[in-house]
Amino acid sequence: MMHGRVHAGQTVDGFLIGELIHQGGMSTLRAVTRPDIDVPVLMKVPKILEGMDSAAIVSFEMEQMILPRVSGVHVPKFFAAGDFAVQPYIVMEHVPGKTLLHKLDDLPLPYEEVAAIGTKVATAIHDLHRQHVIHFDVKPSNILFRATGEAVLIDFGLSRHEQLPDLMAEEFRIPYGTGPYLAPEQILGVRKDPRSDLFALGVLLYFFSTGTRPFGDPKSKRQLHKRLWRDPVPPRKLRPDYPLWLQEIGLRCLEIDPARRHPSAGQLAFDLSHPGQVKLTVRSERLKRDPWTVAIRRRFNPHTEELVVKSAATATHVSTAPIVAIALDLSEGSEALAEALRETVQRGLERLPDARFAILNVLKQHRIALDQKLDQDGQNKHLMRLVELRHWAQKLDVTAHRISFHVLESPDPAAAIIDYAETNAVDQIVLGARTNSMLRTILGSVSAEVAAKAPCTVTVVRPRRRVSGADESSKV
Amino acid sequence: MKLALLADIHSNREALEAVLAHANERGAERFLFLGDYVGYGADPEWVVGTVMDLVEKGAVAILGNHDAAVKTGGAGMDSPARTVIEWTRGQLGAEHRAYLAGLPLAWEEAGRLFLHSEAAAPRKWTYVTDAQDAARSIRSTSCRVTFCGHVHKPAIYSMTEMWSSVSEMWKTTAFRPVAGVPVPLLPQRRWLAVIGSVGQPRDGDPSATYAIFDSDRKELTYHRVPYDFDATGEKIRAAGLPWMLAERLRKGQ
Repeated sequence: MMHGRVHAGQTVDGFLIGELIHQGGMSTLRAVTRPDIDVPVLMKVPKILEGMDSAAIVSFEMEQMILPRVSGVHVPKFFAAGDFAVQPYIVMEHVPGKTLLHKLDDLPLPYEEVAAIGTKVATAIHDLHRQHVIHFDVKPSNILFRATGEAVLIDFGLSRHEQLPDLMAEEFRIPYGTGPYLAPEQILGVRKDPRSDLFALGVLLYFFSTGTRPFGDPKSKRQLHKRLWRDPVPPRKLRPDYPLWLQEIGLRCLEIDPARRHPSAGQLAFDLSHPGQVKLTVRSERLKRDPWTVAIRRRFNPHTEELVVKSAATATHVSTAPIVAIALDLSEGSEALAEALRETVQRGLERLPDARFAILNVLKQHRIALDQKLDQDGQNKHLMRLVELRHWAQKLDVTAHRISFHVLESPDPAAAIIDYAETNAVDQIVLGARTNSMLRTILGSVSAEVAAKAPCTVTVVRPRRRVSGADESSKV
Repeated sequence: MKLALLADIHSNREALEAVLAHANERGAERFLFLGDYVGYGADPEWVVGTVMDLVEKGAVAILGNHDAAVKTGGAGMDSPARTVIEWTRGQLGAEHRAYLAGLPLAWEEAGRLFLHSEAAAPRKWTYVTDAQDAARSIRSTSCRVTFCGHVHKPAIYSMTEMWSSVSEMWKTTAFRPVAGVPVPLLPQRRWLAVIGSVGQPRDGDPSATYAIFDSDRKELTYHRVPYDFDATGEKIRAAGLPWMLAERLRKGQ
């Protein structure tokens, strides 16, 4: 019933088959055209042969199921799927360019480049997680970049949609995936935790910045299981100039217990794009692996696997780990408003233990370094604002890595806040209403503009106003 | 075509009214009732009458174990269920009783099977509670898709047709559907969908459950519909039926 192969010049469901683009182990990719589609598209056809592993078929079914249900710049656009009874295929947008695989010859890459790649990939992963899809096969050959810069994730054959049946679940008596990039919980057969994708990205960050794979290229089940108890060599041991912040981020991604990794890919992207704000722990300075005695104890401790399985099985959707931006305007000097904002943030801190808070302030100026004195003046203002933000946050009860401070510079505060929210995958903006109605009339309302244009939830905080009507009427 | 699938109404008028309105708003073109119109609740006459009217207009109704028990007695049922069956028999007119007794055990159309419990031994009223039960039912029918009720908890089971060994032949995936999210029932696979209960949900959510199957897109969407379970509970108490039957509606248990 299934042909499993198509030829150039043939027409399938209105698609004219063109040249072969890629010949993989499980499928082939061919350029195709159809008169009504004006972007380059390709057809993916599974190689289904007699006696083939059923997992390969199920994997193609999963991709047929998931790809039409995801959208946005970080995935190839879906066009059509072919019936298994006739000719199974998927037609999708052909994202031009090379995958990250071609970088392998140039490793290690400069740290800034690794962080930039990591930020883009983490942003793409986060967008997928928000759509309830876990990729489960993040690796260089599954990552492309658009001409506009955004990372695109391809190949959803091992993926899982949290709101659809997981047809692959039954196929996972042996772990499928790519050895070097598999997270510990995937090795143990748990397909539920979005943070498995963060582990894979951690492997990529480590590999691209050191030139060495953190867990090698395991070929046996025993070698694969080693990462459940043996920690990788700290990058600083391999490259003495390795930045502390990058080691902190990378090793956090590679934590055995998913609960110790970043709570979301969005927060990982945030760290990668704000190196100065990364909270450094003992991880960042480590030069040696754990002593053998510790590793051996971990290996023979039955609770290690239990812990990983438990953490992964209770993983929640990324919406429980939001990034909240609090836009503070300290210039009006309203202590009541500052207090009301602080209370709002404090409630969020208590209620959402995985949330992350970015305290923003917009410095309304163009700082163009024409004159050294002017520039110095700008820098001083910038630092002063940071001091003020920290002062505001002093009364908050918060562990330092959940909160960060940012002074943005722009002539247009509303635009700066909206732009910040878009770039940093912010889930909620909290800002105060202008209390001085005169200023609001002259300058317009920043909160109204942010509320109208922001890509996420906006909460406007206003201290309770006293009703003045009674006083006035008594004067009559 | 959009097929509305309703199971286990159990004499709950408020829930059925809410579900019918919800389904009509969403453009349901055909109604398929998967049994258990009576039992547990206090409105058997109205519910059976409503189903009869809809069947008159082209709907399909299947027999459930509570419907069968009106004639045959509630042997094997727990005490509250049996009490209500006895009470129900006295409430229903001869015409309605005869109608229930004459309902078919299963219905097949377009390669789809509709029944109350499961396909391996439908008269035994076996519950499909896990992948193994589902596999047994799926292997007992040539239909690609089976829709059933009886369990009062929504679930979707899927089995591959492209197995290469006998052990793989029974490989079945279980899934708890999410309300409002369409699930594609891929045509090359076999499926069994347990539609939750309209009138007595038992999955911890007290809202009425039903599903719409879009036969063109081959997508199954479960829906949760809120209704006034306090009013339903009040009627159960007023009729002198076991109070715990009213209580469980509030909790969805």
